[in-house]
Amino acid sequence: MADASPERDSPAKPRLLSDPKFRALVFQIIASITVAAFIFFIVRNTLTNMESRGISTGFGFLDRASGFGILQSLIEYNETSTYGRTFLVGLLNTILVSVLGVFFATIIGFIMGVLRLSSNWLISKLAATYIEIFRNIPLLLQIFFWYYAIGFNLPGPRQAMSVGDSLFLSNRGLYIPAPVFESGFMATGLAIIASIVAVIILARWARKRFEATGQLFHTVYASLAILIGVPAVVFFATGAPMHLDYPSLQGFNFQGGVAIIPELFALVLALSIYTAAFIAETVRSGIQAVSHGQTEAASALGLRPGWILRLVVIPQAMRVIIPPLTSQYLNLTKNSSLAAAIGYPDLVAVFAGTTLNQTGQAVEIIAITMSVYLVLSLIISIFMNWYNAKMALRER
Amino acid sequence: MNFKRISVLTAAATAGLMIAGTVQAGATFDAVKKKGYVQCGVSTGLPGFSATDDKGNWKGIDVDACRAVAAAMFGDASKVKYTPLNAKERFTALQSGEIDMLPRNTTWTFTRDTSLGLNFAGVNYYDGQGFMVSKKLGVKSAKELSGASVCIQAGTTTELNLADYFRANKMEYKAITYDSSDETVKAFEAGRCDMLTSDQSQLYALRIKLTDPNSAMVLPEVISKEPLGPVVRQGDDEWFNLVRWSLFAQINAEEAGITMKNVDEMLKSADPNIRRILGVEGVKGEFLGVDDKWAYNIVKQVGNYGEMFERNVGEGSALKISRGQNALWNKGGIQYAPPIR
Ligand SMILES: N[C@@H](CCC(=O)N[C@@H](CS)C(=O)NCC(=O)O)C(=O)O
Repeated sequence: MADASPERDSPAKPRLLSDPKFRALVFQIIASITVAAFIFFIVRNTLTNMESRGISTGFGFLDRASGFGILQSLIEYNETSTYGRTFLVGLLNTILVSVLGVFFATIIGFIMGVLRLSSNWLISKLAATYIEIFRNIPLLLQIFFWYYAIGFNLPGPRQAMSVGDSLFLSNRGLYIPAPVFESGFMATGLAIIASIVAVIILARWARKRFEATGQLFHTVYASLAILIGVPAVVFFATGAPMHLDYPSLQGFNFQGGVAIIPELFALVLALSIYTAAFIAETVRSGIQAVSHGQTEAASALGLRPGWILRLVVIPQAMRVIIPPLTSQYLNLTKNSSLAAAIGYPDLVAVFAGTTLNQTGQAVEIIAITMSVYLVLSLIISIFMNWYNAKMALRER
Repeated sequence: MNFKRISVLTAAATAGLMIAGTVQAGATFDAVKKKGYVQCGVSTGLPGFSATDDKGNWKGIDVDACRAVAAAMFGDASKVKYTPLNAKERFTALQSGEIDMLPRNTTWTFTRDTSLGLNFAGVNYYDGQGFMVSKKLGVKSAKELSGASVCIQAGTTTELNLADYFRANKMEYKAITYDSSDETVKAFEAGRCDMLTSDQSQLYALRIKLTDPNSAMVLPEVISKEPLGPVVRQGDDEWFNLVRWSLFAQINAEEAGITMKNVDEMLKSADPNIRRILGVEGVKGEFLGVDDKWAYNIVKQVGNYGEMFERNVGEGSALKISRGQNALWNKGGIQYAPPIR
C-alpha cells in the first residue's frame, strides 16, 4: 500500500448508497423524473378533458385569419392577417412601450434622484414631493389620469392645433411628417453606421490616451460632428434621396404622416413617471451608499462638483443601483400590460384579449402570453446582469 | 386587472380540467339544485339587459332569463346570484364553472357554439349591429364614415363585423378597443372616436347613459345578425334542457295569452294547451327534473316573454324599443318556440 493516496486509505470502500455525492445525484434524478411525469400527466389530462368537453385545443389557430383591425401596428397588418401575426403586432407594441418607458423612466429617475440630494432645500423638497406622490398612487389610476387629462381634453381633428401645417395635435394623437426613403438612401444609411463605428473607436482611443497620459480629449463635440456631419454630407452628395410625407386632414381624420396615438402617449407617460419615482429612490440610496470620504477626498484633490459626481460618486453608486434598477425595469415591462385599460393595443389587449375571445383557446393563449413576459423579463435580467458585471468593482 | 382575472379564471379552468375525470351527465343541474341558487353571468351594466337599479337589484331581460330558470327549478325566481362580466371574461367564466349560465347579450355564432365547449340554449333577443354617431358630425349613413375612428368593446362580435363591413365597402377605419363598456362610452363622449358601434339594442341602452343622450344618434344601417341568448356548458343536457325550456315556456305563455296577472285564473282554463303549459294536465315537470308547476312559476314570477320584453326594453322602459323581429311569429316577428306537449 505504498502508493496509496489518502482516499484509498479509508478503512472500507464506502457503499455506493452512503456516498453523499451519489445519493444527491439519485435524489435529483428521482425528483426531476417525478416533476416531469407530473407535468406530463397534467398536460395530457387537461388536453383529454378539454377535448371531451368540446373545447378546441392546439396551436392551429395561429394560422387562421384574425378578421379584426388593430389601432397601431409597427408591421404590415390588416384583417386578413393571421392570429400569429396578431401576436407579433401585440408583442412589438408591448416592446415599444417598454423600451420607451425604460428610456424615459431612467432619465427622469436619475435626475430626480440626484435633485433629491441637492443641497438646495426647495429643489430637494420638490423632488421628494414628486417621489412621494407618484410612488404612492396606484399606477392604473395614473394611466387613466393622463389618458383622460391629456387625450380627452384636446380639440377634435377638425380644430386640431397645428405647427406650420406639418404637425397636428388633436384628440386623435400627434401627427408628424413621416420620412419616405427613396432608392438612393442606402449610402446615407451606411454612412450612419460607419460614423457610429467611428465614434466608438474614437471613444476607446480617447479613454486609452486618458489612462496613459492623463490628457482629456473632448469626445462629445467630435462625436457629434462625426455623427451628424458624415451622414449629412453623404445625404446631400447623393442628391437628398428622402422626402417627407405630411399628414393632412381628410374627412374625419388625418391621413399620412406618423401618428403618435394618445393611448401610447398616456401609457408611456404614466409608466415613466411612476417608475421614475422608484428609480429616483434607488439612485438616491445608491449615491448615499458611497461614503462621504470619497467625495471629500475628491474635492481635496481639487475636482469640480460635477466631476466628483460623474467620476467618483456615480461609478461607485452604480454598483448599488443596478440590481434594484433591474427589477424596476422588469416591473415597468410587466406593468405595461395595463395598456388594455385605455385601449392601447399591446400583447395582452390584442392577443390575450381579443384573440383569446375570438378563438376561445384560453389555455394556449395565456400560456404563450405568460411565456412572453417571462422571456422579456429574462432578457432584461440577463442584459442587466451583464451590465452589472461590467460595472462591478474590479480589483487591480 | 383584466389580464390577471382572465389568467386566474384560466388557471381555475385548467385546474378543474386537470383533475376532472370523465364528464358527468347532469353535473351542473345537480350542483345548482344542491347549492340552492343559480349563479348567473351578466354584463357589468347594460340597461334593459342586465343592470342594477337604484336599489341595487339586477334588472333586465338577461337577468330575467336566470330568474325564470330559478323559478322553474326552485319555485322562487329570487334564488339567483349575479356575476358581472365584461365581454372578454364571459366565456372563460362559464368554462371554468364560476357561473352556471351566461345570458349576457351574447351572440350565438358558429365558432362559439362549436369550439368553446359551450351550447346556446335559445334566443331571447334578435339583434343586429348598428352605429351611433355624434349629431355634430352631420352624418346620415354609415357609408359616409370612411376614415372614421370607431370605439368598440374588446372580445365582441362587434370587432369582427366592423372589420367586415368596412372591408366590404372599401372604407378605412381605426378601431379603438376598450375592455369595459363604460370606457367605450366615455371615449365616445370625449370625441376620441367619431362613432361607437355595438348591437343596436345596446346602442340605445348606452345612449341613455350619455350625459346628453340627444347629442348622439343611431344610424339606420344594421350590418349583422346578432341572435342573443343564454349559454351553458356543453355536456349537461338536463341543465341545457331546463335553461332552454324556461325561455320556451315564456314564449309559449305569451302565445297562449297567459300573463303574470291572469295566470291563476288560467289554471282553471279548459284550453288543453294552456292546461299543459301550466302543468295541470298532460306533460310532467319530471321530464325536466322539476316540479309540474315549473312554467306556472315562471309566468307568475317573471312573466311571459312579451311582458318581460315590454318591462325591460320596450314601452315600459327608458329604452322604448319596439318588438320588431322580437314579436311572436304570428304577429310579424320571428320569436317562435316549439310547443309544450
Ligand atoms: N353581442 C355581442 C356584443 C356583446 C357586448 O359585450 N356588448 C357590449 C356593448 S358595448 C356590452 O354589452 N358591454 C357591457 C359590459 O361589458 O358589461 C357579442 O356577443 O359579442
